[in-house]
Amino acid sequence: MESKPRSLKILDAVTLILLLIATLLVFFFAPLEAVMGLVQKVFYFHVAAGWVGMLSFMIAAFAGVAYLRASHHKWDIVGLAAVEIGMVFAFINIVTGSIWARPIWNTWWTWDPRLTTATIMMLIYAAYFMLRSGIEDPDRRARFSAVYTIIGFLSVPLTFFSARLFRTIHPIVIGTNQPGAEGAFDMTGRMLATFLFGLLTFTFIFADLLWHRIRLGRLADTVEQLKMKTME
Amino acid sequence: MGLRYLHAIRAVLWKDLSAELRGREMLSAMLVFALLVILVFNFALELDAKTRANVTSGVLWVTFAFAGTLGLNRSMAMEKDRGCLDGLLLAPVDRSAIYFGKALSNLVFMLVVEAIVLPVYSLLYNTNLFNPGLILVILLGSIGYVAVGTLLAAMAVQTRTRDILLPILLFPVVIPVLIAAVKASSGFLQGIAIADIWSWLNLLIVYDVIFITVAFMVFDYIVEE
Repeated sequence: MESKPRSLKILDAVTLILLLIATLLVFFFAPLEAVMGLVQKVFYFHVAAGWVGMLSFMIAAFAGVAYLRASHHKWDIVGLAAVEIGMVFAFINIVTGSIWARPIWNTWWTWDPRLTTATIMMLIYAAYFMLRSGIEDPDRRARFSAVYTIIGFLSVPLTFFSARLFRTIHPIVIGTNQPGAEGAFDMTGRMLATFLFGLLTFTFIFADLLWHRIRLGRLADTVEQLKMKTME
Repeated sequence: MGLRYLHAIRAVLWKDLSAELRGREMLSAMLVFALLVILVFNFALELDAKTRANVTSGVLWVTFAFAGTLGLNRSMAMEKDRGCLDGLLLAPVDRSAIYFGKALSNLVFMLVVEAIVLPVYSLLYNTNLFNPGLILVILLGSIGYVAVGTLLAAMAVQTRTRDILLPILLFPVVIPVLIAAVKASSGFLQGIAIADIWSWLNLLIVYDVIFITVAFMVFDYIVEE
């Protein structure tokens, strides 16, 4: 059995260090927001998790296109890995958002466009797992999964847009706020630095997890093949 | 391509329509189900005159969506069960022609159900639903719904969990259609200026174009053996 590649070990270490620094930055470097106080610190990892979620689903859709073009099994592994990671981070995104929303909006949940889109996005990828578990033939499973990730990813922006035509109360920290956004604030230089560092860190975490998950997928394939061999 | 392609589409469409004309299994099931959904809403929402004005378009679209899933599932399951799909795939035509044929017949069934539900709803609740704008929305919405639905139904029938999978796959993806259609329908029913409804219609058109194109491109991979 192949051992863990050296570059992956290095990536593990770098990611861990980055996460440590990012956490320190959030608590000790970034200033306390004047109105919202401590709970605003959720923002740094909240947005970063949302970013990783979107990135994962985008990569899954690209892997889907690549699979349909080349029909090489590795793209199916990449797609599944990306969707699994995306689900976890989309969930982190929603949970941290709720923690922030409770004191600021005075509710855990509201049917705001971003929240609605995030929920529907998770439902799409939950359906993706159900689709996969319903198919035994690996080739067909890979083909159908690829098609579904493409369709799902295309529908997400449309869902967002359609929900956006209603009014929103979600603050837009980057870019201009619509009137009626609650809990908005302007980032100071230190906040911005912390925020960008958080994004970078989470992107590293994503890359690291994706690599691990793809490796796991490959190993699972090898195990499957060995099993078949012993059965013969 | 060209004329031959259109002939293939027409042949698939004609096959479905004449099979349905003989059996009338699917349409009657969709229709009875649609009326049952409206009946359930009647008790669940207490559809008195005041509530009705606000919820009519929502009730209509939920009814269409539910009845639509029933039809989509049946229309594909029929092909799969009797081995008709394999026969269709053996035909020397471009496979996307099969998709368009199936999608068109599904659209026809859905429109027939809608054409019956609308007057019945108008009669039962004493509201006038004959509004050219509403009919346009229903057409655009049904096209989007059926475009994705036909593709996903073709996927769902080839899985082990096919009876339950279609709505789970379809509903989260088709939500933009439902939101836009509900909003545009209630806009037309409440007599809002067309300028305010236009963005919803745009959204429906964009959705239809995107998903018809995607389905056209990927259908081959769904039926490949």
